[in-house]
Amino acid sequence: MKRREFVTNSFASSAYIGMGGLSLNSCDFLSSKRITILHTNDVHSHIDPFPKEHNSFPNMGGIARRATLIQKIREENPYTLLLDAGDIFQGTPYFNFYGGELEFKLMSMLKYDAATIGNHDFDNGIEGLLAQLPFARFKLLSANYDFTNTVMNGFVEAYNTFMVNGIKIGVFGLGIKLAGLVGKELFKETVYLNPIEIAQDMSALLKKEEQCDLVICLSHLGYSYEDDQRPSDLKLAAKTDNIDLIIGGHTHTFLDKPVIRQNRLDKSVLVNQVGCYGINLGRIDFYFDSERNIHSEGISITV
Amino acid sequence: MILKIQHFVIFVTIACLYACNDAPKKLSKISGKQLPITDSINVTDSIDIFVAPYRKRVNEVLDSTLAFAPSQITKKDGKYNTSAGNLMADIMLSEANPVFKSRTGHEIDFVISNYGGIRSIISEGKVSARTAYEVMPFDNSIVVVAIKGKSVRDLISFLINAKNPHPIAGIQIILNNNETLKDVNIQGLPFDENRTYYVATSNYLADGGDEMGFFRDGLNTVDLNYLIRNAMIDYFKKVDTLTAKVDDRFIKIE
Repeated sequence: MKRREFVTNSFASSAYIGMGGLSLNSCDFLSSKRITILHTNDVHSHIDPFPKEHNSFPNMGGIARRATLIQKIREENPYTLLLDAGDIFQGTPYFNFYGGELEFKLMSMLKYDAATIGNHDFDNGIEGLLAQLPFARFKLLSANYDFTNTVMNGFVEAYNTFMVNGIKIGVFGLGIKLAGLVGKELFKETVYLNPIEIAQDMSALLKKEEQCDLVICLSHLGYSYEDDQRPSDLKLAAKTDNIDLIIGGHTHTFLDKPVIRQNRLDKSVLVNQVGCYGINLGRIDFYFDSERNIHSEGISITV
Repeated sequence: MILKIQHFVIFVTIACLYACNDAPKKLSKISGKQLPITDSINVTDSIDIFVAPYRKRVNEVLDSTLAFAPSQITKKDGKYNTSAGNLMADIMLSEANPVFKSRTGHEIDFVISNYGGIRSIISEGKVSARTAYEVMPFDNSIVVVAIKGKSVRDLISFLINAKNPHPIAGIQIILNNNETLKDVNIQGLPFDENRTYYVATSNYLADGGDEMGFFRDGLNTVDLNYLIRNAMIDYFKKVDTLTAKVDDRFIKIE
């Protein structure tokens, strides 16, 4: 309030209006900020587009096209994060031949910022995943896989924060229960922890201690299940607070548009998943304003 | 005048300083959408050029000839059994049995797979690893389920009532003219309802896929972690010619 008074009461209030253009350039004064989140999930080693005669996805996908689209968006808004929700590996001979090396190298070339670990990312064993890490120039995040007693210990972080145009963004990862889905000989001593409890702790830590303006969960839990006991993205959204966006995977769910759910405190959470195989790129834009420019309390969400 | 300008400069500095402290921090608006990756988007040449040598190597290996098919192998050339189904099931039996035996000491009695799991014909001519990817694009592995004779009877009923001829091997089913069951032989011996049989199938079917409910009562399941596709490739490497044909493993006496 003080600084507002200072400005309005200052002797040169007319000059101040004239200065708008100049101060905009220097520190975005009076303007809003936009953060763009781009995301993929379950790309499953699909590097080339599908053939023209493919039944389900004719001539769709392809990483060289995705690169163009991402670059175009980055040119339009440099304040962009690129994220993946897991199952990067397995699905084309590229994985069988190169063990994930090409996938990680290409994601690094596209400047992915972070990814979480899907069940298929264990398909060459935990050693197979570790072997490809030198090719990944992005963060591998998982908050509910405890790798302490595995070779991956120290290579995966629970979360990471990104400072993008003065906005602090916290991103954490969640993985699906491995037992029954992945051979024990592949995931070895990886310990799966309750994702909902971990998410609650993580998001509180990111919002309160880390003071993040945005909290994003990269989840490979799956969108929704008939079995009510099974953790899913929709369940995660409803049972936690402090999460702004859940980027999902695993169930290869093609949502027409991002879904809005209410969290434990009745605040809106966005949940999105873009199918699989690099057919779609998800895009979420978050707009930030200074307090003075916000007239109503609610956040307008357009999907 | 000079004084005024000085004041003005000071003001600008202060205003900017305060403006920065009052930076936009409060979330006001969110918008979201899915962007399809279509052929209307140009490729980024640097990415395409980077992938090219990998693609070339994969294609060379996938397209190198492993075997020869003297005629087309399809799942549409028989009512009760088909050349493609027979090939698929025979490969699962011959390639998986040594693995299962070395792990458990037991032998696979017979194989059941699913008609829908065969995704492509094998054309007359050269057969490559790509052929295996076309026929079997899914990463299904071979599992062996121990089931009781009672469940085998359910399995036979399932096969008789099925709309399509599901691939089988190691088992012979003979129907009477009126579609009642005449004979069932497993590994050349008459079906014994009192014993347990080791049935090789795909992990998808063992998990209840295609409504093969008889696996629900399975006593024990061993996943060989051996992809059906890899079994096919291993088989193609071993043989020169694919001699798959419709035979008498599932017939009706006319």
